[in-house]
Order: sequence, then structure tokens, then C-alpha cells
Amino acid sequence: MSEQAAIKYIQAPLSAETVKDLRAGDVVRISGYIYTARDAAHKRLTEALARGEKLPLDLKDNVIYYVGPSPTKPGEVVGSAGPTTSGRMDKYTPTMIEQGMRGMIGKGLRSQEVIDACKEHGAVYFAAVGGAAAVIAQSIKGEEMIAYEDLGPEAIRRYEVENFPAIVVIDAEGNDFYKVGIAKYSKE
Amino acid sequence: MREINVSEVTKVVSQLCKDSCYYLPEELLAKLKASIDTEESPLGKEILTTIVENAELAKRKDVPICQDTGLTVVFMDIGQDVHFVGGDLYTAIHAGVADGYVNGYLRKSSVDDPLFIRKNTNDNTPAIIHTTIVPGDKVKITVSPKGCGSENMGALKMLKPADGVEGVIKFVVDTVRSAGPNPCPPVTVGVGIGGNMEKAALLAKYSLSRKVGEHNPNPQYAELEKKLLELVNKTGVGPSGLGGSTTAVAVNIEYAPTHIGGMPVAVNLNCHAARRAEAEI
Repeated sequence: MSEQAAIKYIQAPLSAETVKDLRAGDVVRISGYIYTARDAAHKRLTEALARGEKLPLDLKDNVIYYVGPSPTKPGEVVGSAGPTTSGRMDKYTPTMIEQGMRGMIGKGLRSQEVIDACKEHGAVYFAAVGGAAAVIAQSIKGEEMIAYEDLGPEAIRRYEVENFPAIVVIDAEGNDFYKVGIAKYSKE
Repeated sequence: MREINVSEVTKVVSQLCKDSCYYLPEELLAKLKASIDTEESPLGKEILTTIVENAELAKRKDVPICQDTGLTVVFMDIGQDVHFVGGDLYTAIHAGVADGYVNGYLRKSSVDDPLFIRKNTNDNTPAIIHTTIVPGDKVKITVSPKGCGSENMGALKMLKPADGVEGVIKFVVDTVRSAGPNPCPPVTVGVGIGGNMEKAALLAKYSLSRKVGEHNPNPQYAELEKKLLELVNKTGVGPSGLGGSTTAVAVNIEYAPTHIGGMPVAVNLNCHAARRAEAEI
């Protein structure tokens, strides 16, 4: 779990093999396609599942980015688009992972249930630098509306990303880099 | 008596909404830059570098530093010799917020009903407005948009007088430690001590509008600010909460007289993108 390990370049959707290679603390760059969803979209997705309906996107092997971007200025691909606090999605996350979701990008602490689900199903949680929304937006090369457009910034979009910067926080073995990193530098 | 047309207020508030979301206060940016050198964690140094690059990029492109452009908090010091004309002051402030957020490509994050409906108002109104009447004939307006990642990690506790300084220290440090990565550290820690329940909360929020590097004029409180900053930076939370020695850039305390039987303490954390812009009319 070295924090000075070389950057790992990975492709999304994520294969099971890619996830196996990732360790908590790894610095990664993600290229490919990822989907956005935050509180309201998670609520709708899990309610649709509970009713036995088909989802507007196939979660299998996909990465969900917890983001509600600012509006796009003319001439730009997207607005500022940094991560939102992931813990608000904890309630819905184990269900999403059971449906095949392979990765999440957000910021902040996750519940033990989320960590357990990552371990059981081979999923991974990445942190992007919270507040670095203008820098992160530069790695987003394309955007497509997928579902729930009425939710505005909370709608589900598909992003084409190139070298999206992130850090592995929870790996498929259930390691949590927040605990490791903070313990290392605590002087209390 | 000086007359000010409220349309002037609308114009100024609109501009301050955009300015505060695009441009990080200079002294805060300088402090973040300086912390790259002092940060102990190599990953923490990288994160701080990204945070500084992000603020510089946002300024260059006139785009929001963070996509969460917050609820809009407006502090107004209104000179008592001012007479507002041309309409209702609060309506004028809300109009300024709506104009700034819609035309400035800022995210609208305000929902009308907190519990049942939660429908977006689509223009980020209503603003949260705090007015103070002061001597003179000027109006000072401070706009401080604040995101929910940090706002959600605040806390308030009705301490007992017997809890003393140690009680305050424990509550503040515990709040920062348990917030961990969620409020987007390095944070500014706003602390309100005294008054009553709502006064302490307001003091904590108000303290966040202070410039980084300034201390409470009361030397005992200034000393406590420095001690708290040192202790908070020993928690190991660090940049983005991934471990390090830069957990906070400042601790600001505001205090007020209180009841013989109480000592309320409120802690309001602000993220590294502690946005603020002010103007005088």
C-alpha cells in the first residue's frame, strides 16, 4: 500500500482482473466511460429495482461517479465536476454492487456495509480530490444524457474520460486507505 | 440619511456570487501554496498542488472552483443612516443571487422544502441572509457560498461551564477528527462560543468570513486559536483526509456573553475552497 507507487492507468468499464490488481493507496488514471449518479438518482434506481423494473443503464462492470456538475459554459464539454460526499449513497450501495457495479468515485468515508460489499463482490472505491472540480473537468471529454433528465445536476449522464485522476481508497480485499493514511500521520 | 436604490444591491450581490465562486481569496490561496512545502505526506503534497492548480485554473477560466456552489450566505452590515428605496431589500438580494447563479453558470442546489417535496428552486434562492445594523451610511455585503460536504460535518454542543477550556478543545478536535475526509480538508475551522444555541451557531458561521492569518483581537482567544490549529493538525487527517499534517489552515473563534449556567459551542467547518467576496456600497 505504498502511496508513492507509480500511477496505474486503467480502463472503465472495469474488468474483474483490473480490480484485483488495485490496492488501497494506489494512484490511478481512469480512461473510458463512467456514469454519474448521486442521491436522487440512487433513490430512483434502487426503487426501480425493488419494483422489478429494468434499469436505464446496465451496472455490470461499470463505474459510478458521485457528481452533480455545475452548468456547462458555452464552448466547454462539462461544467466543474468534482466528487460529492459518498457516504450519502451508502444506503443504496450494497444493492448497486450486487447488481454488478464494479467501481465508485467520490470522496469521504464509507460504511462497513459498503466495505463488506466491495470485498464480497470484488468492487473498488476511488476518491477524487474533493473541490478540484475545474481540474477534474479537464479529463472529461464527452457527455451524454442517459436518464432522469428532470433531476438537473442529479441526472444520470455518461462521461467519456481520459486520464481521470483518482486514488484507490477501498480495494477488493476490504482495505480502507482513509484509516491507513490517517493512522500513519496521526500524532495524537 | 443616504438613499440607496435596491437595484444597486441586486447588481452587487450578483457580481459577488460569481466572483466568490470563481476566485479563491488571495490570502487563502497563498496559505494553501505555502502548505505544500510544510506538508509531511508525499500524497498530501500532490493533493495540495492539485488544489492550488484547480483554484488557479478556475480563476483563469472564470468557472466555479467547486461544482457545489453552495447555499448562498449573505452577511450585510447596514449603516443606520441608509434608507433603501426602489423596492424590498430582501427581494433585491434574492434577485441578485438568482441573476448571479443563472448567468454565472453556477450550480443551483437549493430545494424549497427540506423534508417532503425537495424540489429545486432552479435559481439557488432563497439566500440565507444575516443583517446587522451598524453606525454610518454605508452597506457592506459579504457573500459566502458554502457547499454541503463541509456544512454537514458541523456540530453544536451545549457544554457546561465546568467543562472549561479543555471541554472546548476536546469538542473542536473531536469534530474535526470524526469529520475526516468529508469536509474536504484542509479546512477552516469556525468556532462560536457563548451566547445561546442559535447565537453560537451564527458566530461559528460568521467567524469563517475572517481572512486567513487574522486572529481574534482578544489575546486569550487568539492563543486558543493557535493551540487548536496545532492540535487539529496532529489528528493526521491531512489533505483530502488521506493522511498528512495539513488538516486545517486556520481556526477562527468568535465569542459572546452567555448565561451563568451555560457554555454553548458550535463548530462550523469550511472546505479548502472557502469562498468569500465582499463589497461596500
